[in-house]
Amino acid sequence: MRAEQVLRLERAAAALGGRTIWSDVSLTVDGGRFVAVLGPNGAGKSTLLRTILGLVPLTAGDATVLGAPPGARNDMIGYLPQRRELDPAVRVRGVDLVRLGLDGGRWGVPLPAWLPGNRTGRAAARRVTDVLELVDAAAYARRPIGELSGGERQRVLIAQALVREPELLMLDEPLDSLDLPGQRSVAALLQRICRTRGVAVVLVTHDVNPILPYLDQVVYFASGRAMAGAPEDVIASGALTGLYGVPIEVLRASDGRLVVVGQPEAPHVHTPRHA
Amino acid sequence: MPEPVAAATLDIPGRVRELFTYHFMVNALAAGTAVAVMAAIVGWFVVVRRQVFAGHTLSLVAFPGAAGAALAGLPAASGYYAACGLGAVALAPASRSGPSRGAETAAIGTVQAFALGCGFLFASLYHGLLGGVAALLFGSFVGIDDGQVLTLFAVAALAIALIGIAGRPLLFASLDPEGAAAAGVPVRALGAAFLLLLALAVAATAQITGALLVFTLLVTPAATAQALTSRPVAGMLVAVALALIVTWLGLAFAYFSPWPVGFWITSLSFGFFVLARVWRARRARSACGTSPTRRLMLPPGPPKRRRRRTREGGA
Repeated sequence: MRAEQVLRLERAAAALGGRTIWSDVSLTVDGGRFVAVLGPNGAGKSTLLRTILGLVPLTAGDATVLGAPPGARNDMIGYLPQRRELDPAVRVRGVDLVRLGLDGGRWGVPLPAWLPGNRTGRAAARRVTDVLELVDAAAYARRPIGELSGGERQRVLIAQALVREPELLMLDEPLDSLDLPGQRSVAALLQRICRTRGVAVVLVTHDVNPILPYLDQVVYFASGRAMAGAPEDVIASGALTGLYGVPIEVLRASDGRLVVVGQPEAPHVHTPRHA
Repeated sequence: MPEPVAAATLDIPGRVRELFTYHFMVNALAAGTAVAVMAAIVGWFVVVRRQVFAGHTLSLVAFPGAAGAALAGLPAASGYYAACGLGAVALAPASRSGPSRGAETAAIGTVQAFALGCGFLFASLYHGLLGGVAALLFGSFVGIDDGQVLTLFAVAALAIALIGIAGRPLLFASLDPEGAAAAGVPVRALGAAFLLLLALAVAATAQITGALLVFTLLVTPAATAQALTSRPVAGMLVAVALALIVTWLGLAFAYFSPWPVGFWITSLSFGFFVLARVWRARRARSACGTSPTRRLMLPPGPPKRRRRRTREGGA
């Protein structure tokens, strides 16, 4: 179990196109924790992930990712970008996508594992099989990805992000296209990966309710600031009122769902989320 | 000399020997072999990357290049390489890998029409090119000289070596651009480099098939292979095998028949493509289980969609 600190932001600020997205953000994430990043659209949730990857530089403050500045240890980070556009007409098998996640960046050509003397190829194939079993995707990994359901596809992509055995796994809206049972089962899978592999998982989502029981920590972005802590401390009337600066009420429905009432409209400035 | 194809079937070993007695025919077969291997491998990436339209543009640009070279008194081959290279450099900034690239098509279509018009002008100005327009557009297998064969082999070797060096990252960037970018693969640089490689392949292929029929070796074998297998390496090998078969058979049929080589190669590769699609459609239907008897006769296919859904929901 890796228990050391994987992520630390101190009074950090980030800007896109000269506009400050958020500032004065401080948070820490320990190894093996399951963290959700919450907040309204345009609050800077994806920007946080891109800051951690070193793709967006900090304009103020300090960040340490896996003991190094952002971007220095990206090989130990598994990253699932938002809304992957995989052309369904291209017939690529899940197992090939996962394999590319392992060594797709290396020069050369992929040689079949059955070639004599291809020991690294066989070891890689074994690792791909292992990670596909870890995410329960082995049954359909040899079928073209276009024939899979949304949940199955998401599991294959999670396997791709996990195959290099990262210490930090970041997923941008991975539950977006899934139905409710699908969201719960992916969240349960991610929690299992946190617990058994000691991987810290940071997940961006706009609806916390389906995954609330699995979370260790939430980071809530709003009004250009952020608050981090245990879910029950952050998603609370007092805390969110302080964050938004306007009265906010968090109601608990009879089925346990949390409803945030009174949050102001999302900012009217439209920014390309992946600029 | 040309006889009906039916006569060719009477004495196959003798006919094959006859093919190799003429130097121009040996040159055509050698050049065709080099081009087929290269076009199939590069074409496999073209199909996966959805860059068929870019390939089409480069092949149309090849026509004014070759006609212009002839007008200037240069070998047509040099015109093919120069025009395709310039075309790729012009396309590179506009072309973006990934499915979100529809906006550039109007501009490219405009360039295509202009290129064809220029080619027609050059061909009209150069009166010595008697019957040459058809050869430039639809291919010809006579008059491939030794130097051209050597150049084609060198170009093919270079293209295959480049794929050998960058095959894996290019595959990653082609199949899953966002995932590749997240893993640190230089997706845009690879895309630009691939466009240049495509230009090289188009320029070489156009010398055998003509500018308009480049796709018959570049895209059709690769598309057929895609229908047959979704494994990358197996798909490339199938594409190479198909391209070689249609090139050899096409050249042989064209030698013994009055019909042109362009027709033979295109119709053979089209035939394989149709067969592969029919085979796939039949397999998909039998896997769906519309016919219980057929399912009993076939080996067990992948699990059905409906069964997987319920398993997912229960998890």
